[in-house]
Amino acid sequence: MLANNKRFAGKDMVLAGVIALFAVLPLIPGVLASSFTKHVFILLLLFAAMSQSWNIIGGYCGQVSFGHSVFFGIGAYGAGMAVVRFGMTPWPGALIGALLAAAVAVLISWPCFRLKGHYFAIATFAIVEIFNRLFMVWYWVGGAIGLDYSIMDQGWKNFTWYDSKNGYYYGALGLFAIIFGVVRWMEKNRMGYYLRAVREGQETAESLGVNSSRTKLAAMGLSAFLAALCGAFFAQYNYRVDPPMVMSLDMSMKFVLITILGGSGSLFGPLLGAAVLIPLQEYSRALWGGLGGGLDLILFGLLIIVVVVKQPKGIMGILTSFFRRRLGRPGKGDDRHGAS
Amino acid sequence: MTTFFQVILDGLLSGMLYALVAAGLSLIWGVMDVINFAHGEFLMVAMYVSYWLGFLMNVDPLVSWAASAVFLFIIGALTYRLIIKNTIGKSAMSALLATFGLSMLLKNVCLNRFSPNFRILGETILGGKTITLGGLIFPLPQLVTGVFALVVIFILYYVIKKTRLGWAIQASAMDKEAAELMGIDTEKIYLLVFGLGGACVGVAGGLLPSYLAIHPEVGGLFSLLAFVCVALGGFGSIPGALLAALLIGVVESLSGFYIAPVFKYVAVFGLYLAVIIVRPKGLFGW
Repeated sequence: MLANNKRFAGKDMVLAGVIALFAVLPLIPGVLASSFTKHVFILLLLFAAMSQSWNIIGGYCGQVSFGHSVFFGIGAYGAGMAVVRFGMTPWPGALIGALLAAAVAVLISWPCFRLKGHYFAIATFAIVEIFNRLFMVWYWVGGAIGLDYSIMDQGWKNFTWYDSKNGYYYGALGLFAIIFGVVRWMEKNRMGYYLRAVREGQETAESLGVNSSRTKLAAMGLSAFLAALCGAFFAQYNYRVDPPMVMSLDMSMKFVLITILGGSGSLFGPLLGAAVLIPLQEYSRALWGGLGGGLDLILFGLLIIVVVVKQPKGIMGILTSFFRRRLGRPGKGDDRHGAS
Repeated sequence: MTTFFQVILDGLLSGMLYALVAAGLSLIWGVMDVINFAHGEFLMVAMYVSYWLGFLMNVDPLVSWAASAVFLFIIGALTYRLIIKNTIGKSAMSALLATFGLSMLLKNVCLNRFSPNFRILGETILGGKTITLGGLIFPLPQLVTGVFALVVIFILYYVIKKTRLGWAIQASAMDKEAAELMGIDTEKIYLLVFGLGGACVGVAGGLLPSYLAIHPEVGGLFSLLAFVCVALGGFGSIPGALLAALLIGVVESLSGFYIAPVFKYVAVFGLYLAVIIVRPKGLFGW
């Protein structure tokens, strides 16, 4: 009975958290006056959305891919090419880019999923390097110079605003809500259970009738599709695309590290990770100038080491064990059970 | 035809450098099944050690490689004690991610302290000298690095295969518990292995300032190439890593010369993917 109550309490807390989150987030631009703070919130939501898309394959399915900047980049180039080369609105470009990214992801992953552990990780590094260098010399998509947008009418049609950042904010919020919703839906769906089963033990999952390679490919495709949508947003927000900006190992690592920092394989992990990293990055840049003397990255590097060594479940793990200890005190000795 | 052989020669020389960088990584990977993502940053730190010794005290890289090796042995051992030791038994990726954090830390500490500027050590004993032999030009600094690479790799291989210490290392790699039951202090072995891995890359980094500019980002590409060498050569096989490194050097040099310089890493990483799909455990892996 007690355990039952507690489980209900946990469920209610997640639901309450979701409701509170999506009740408060739309109000933020009305409260914040400075456009810099809005910029920080836009990036925070964008990176939370990106990392959430990685979380599908990396967190829930346990396939640590360092290649997501490729998919992110394809989405960014989709939007960029639609606007710069074809003179269209970015919307069809984003959609085509996302579909292409999903196709590329499935094609690449199909042979790579045979590789285990470190071999898979290194193969994804190699793929990022190959794509980066090919886009550098592919003149049709702008080569190393990249694609620069020209002035367009502002509004949702062109996904461009000059007067205020509110449009971008709601765009990022929408993107975040979509990806959050997809992951939330997936978590409760059969797909989510399949993914976690494959993560915990591929052979065991297969023996129970889970088609592990199809599950992994589907998760990778979905994850790449969503990552590419984030890329399209990033291109619109920066008003340009070039290879090192979107298709680099550093960008790939952001997907991974934000999720790991926040808590991989958990619904709120990516948001928590982004909420720590992005303000750290942006405010230290504002404070110490462009390079920031690398101080933000020094701090981030230390954080990553400490989190991986001390609490592999990230900030989410710290919070859960804290709340378990707090709320579970009236219960018996089982309150620490499962908290690591 | 001479051009062709010259291109091959240049490829072999850079391949030997990659082999020296990859040897330490291969040792660590083979014994502990850990990828040290900060390996390239270890190289960068070793280069700075050698650079500052040369710049401030006029020590030539031909001498200061020893200091770099010792320094990196300590850094490697410390990395094991403070980071890697705590990730053993956790998920396979945790050591990789923790050492990625370490690589960010090292890179940005150097950026912060030494600025992002490229630094070159002028007037070294070997700098810019060449030997011409049968129409082929041998750049002396690269040649010396290549000889060092072969010697270090030979010593490493000999120690692992022929000495009691090496047997203890192999035993710890095969079965940790069984090795402990045989009275091997695996803790000490791991510490030593990480130190040795650091020392190998320390030798490479100590020699490099004779012909390569130093900056905080210098390690990144070397890290990736070393990963590819080790994975291509096969899990923990040091001769495999050497052959893979030579192959990668030659492919890089040929494609850079005959196709276009921008395509050389596309060719290298493409070759890696092609091989790894046919042989998922590398060319010489078991």
